[in-house]
Amino acid sequence: MEVAIQCRNLRKTYDQKVEAVRGVDLTIYAGECFGLLGPNGAGKTTTIEILEGLLTPTSGEVEVLGRNWQTHERELREQLGISLQETRLSERLSVRETVELFASFYRYPNSVESVLEELSLGEKADAWVGKLSGGQKQRLAVATALVANPKVLFLDEPTTGLDPQSRRQLWDIIRQFQERKGTVLLTTHYMDEAERLCDRLAIIDHGQIIAEGTPAELIARLTGHHVVEFAISGMTDGSDDQVWKRLPGVQGVRTDDGLLCLQVNEPHETIPALLAEVCKQGARLEHLTTRQASLEDVFVQLTGRHLREE
Amino acid sequence: MADTAQQARRTNGRWAGYWHLLLARMKELQREPEVIFWVFGFPLLLALGLGIAFRDKPADIASVVIVEGPNSQKLVALLRQSPEHGAIRADVLGERTTLDQFRLGKYALVVSMDDQGVHYRYDPARPESVLARSQVDDALQSAAGRKNPINTVATAASEPGARYIDFLIPGLIGMNLMNSGMWGIGFATVDMRQRKLLKRLIATPMRRSDFLLALMSSRLVLMVIEVALLLGFGALVFHLRVEGSLLAILLIGTLGAVSFGAIGLLTACRAQKIESVSGLINLVMMPMWIFSGVFFSYERFPEMVQPAIRALPLTALNDALRAIILQGAPLSSQFARIGVLALWGVLCFVLALRWFRWS
Repeated sequence: MEVAIQCRNLRKTYDQKVEAVRGVDLTIYAGECFGLLGPNGAGKTTTIEILEGLLTPTSGEVEVLGRNWQTHERELREQLGISLQETRLSERLSVRETVELFASFYRYPNSVESVLEELSLGEKADAWVGKLSGGQKQRLAVATALVANPKVLFLDEPTTGLDPQSRRQLWDIIRQFQERKGTVLLTTHYMDEAERLCDRLAIIDHGQIIAEGTPAELIARLTGHHVVEFAISGMTDGSDDQVWKRLPGVQGVRTDDGLLCLQVNEPHETIPALLAEVCKQGARLEHLTTRQASLEDVFVQLTGRHLREE
Repeated sequence: MADTAQQARRTNGRWAGYWHLLLARMKELQREPEVIFWVFGFPLLLALGLGIAFRDKPADIASVVIVEGPNSQKLVALLRQSPEHGAIRADVLGERTTLDQFRLGKYALVVSMDDQGVHYRYDPARPESVLARSQVDDALQSAAGRKNPINTVATAASEPGARYIDFLIPGLIGMNLMNSGMWGIGFATVDMRQRKLLKRLIATPMRRSDFLLALMSSRLVLMVIEVALLLGFGALVFHLRVEGSLLAILLIGTLGAVSFGAIGLLTACRAQKIESVSGLINLVMMPMWIFSGVFFSYERFPEMVQPAIRALPLTALNDALRAIILQGAPLSSQFARIGVLALWGVLCFVLALRWFRWS
């Protein structure tokens, strides 16, 4: 497979003390959608901005489309579409004027009208940017990247702060780009986004990659593919996790937001035993759900923290 | 976009980015009513206000009051006979009212006459009172037959070219070029940096020089309008006479706009927040508002600071503009001032480029 982006032993230290990125290796293949998943401050943005050639790494090597930033910056810029986190475009330009401006920087840009159409911005083409909703602004940011007619699309937290409908709209846009053989690198701290959108992803924490693979692979690596969550009251035996750990099929126990979470492989064996135990203790079951393990569980197992926590 | 292959592919030439940047900048400016006001409206209002306040009134008429009495008609008659009777307006009132009105400031001088002669009651602290006394005295003396030992001829110098408004308009043009250069470049740059737009722009193949060039070009377009507006306003409303060539004025205006653009760029080269750059811009402009002879001549400042004042870019710009507009001086005679302006511009531009931060 053709490699689109590659970096080796990437490090970035700010002011000689803050280590934002501590030895990141990545290989992203042409045509895939690759996600960098991690909590705020994990080093996602620093990593993606180094790959975009906007930051110089303290050490390490970067290759994009077989070129490097020192020698082929202009050539690379022509082939990349980039959307940064929180760019505020000029409010008093219209949507079309903004996309035309960005199109004018590229030698062979896409047609402005077709990009507007694809991102469902056709109706808003003559509206001022200042009048757009959050979702429309975010789509416009992606439009300024797509009008480049890029081979690689970089998106830094493209859906942060968007409502569910706008997020799904953006996911469709990203998939369409991928269908045209485009390569996508995105960062996110949304689990579901990474799970649904990314072919492969790397979980990044404290400037290091702590796991990498397809979403299915990462979840399969978990001990316990199902999660049983429950809450009880009137427990005589205290809240000793050991009681639950002894139940059949339980791989791990943790408390999460007032709920007890059991990681299990076979819920049909664990749940009857759980109910019997609750009865035996003379306690009352307040809540019981069971679900497939998610990337969130992967992250919690790897780090002991939740992704959304600071 | 699946059909883009069939579409005629658009290819952008070398200057497409520059033109679109310039176009976008002009549209943005045009859509900001505040900018239109501060760049175009405010200087005109300033010119209008100051022009009216300091317009050349007909010579002040002295209002004097004559105390009613046996000799009051004689006094009135004497004043009427005098060659200066047009400059004096005399009323005749009773003694009590006279003094009241004098105290209230309606009259500048109280005149009365008895056997010992003419009495003046005046207030030495009020200039018009002092003036009225000597005017009335002159009028009475010459009406009574005094001969002046020396013949004098006085000419009033209130023709276009020597009035306050003539001094003011070139100064306002200079000040406006400074204001809009500093704000138009400095503030706009930091605003775009704070919005991360600069960073977004350099993530494209846009040439950084095109960006700076477009920013400067937008200033030049505005400069032509600013200069034309103020000169036209001065000519129409105050009959300002433009002595020098318009080309020379525009060339100096271009140099001024570019130099102050460069100073604005240097001021803004690292600031991250518009609040901090606003302070810096005011700090840079403040001394020039005061010292560079916008509203009054800087000759009033002590001799020892004159070289420093003349080294300020706004002083050079104002002096050159005044020389060309008011005296019709050729461009070649402004060599030193052009040098000062250009030096500031080049120096600031080089430093700004070295220190400039795009993110």
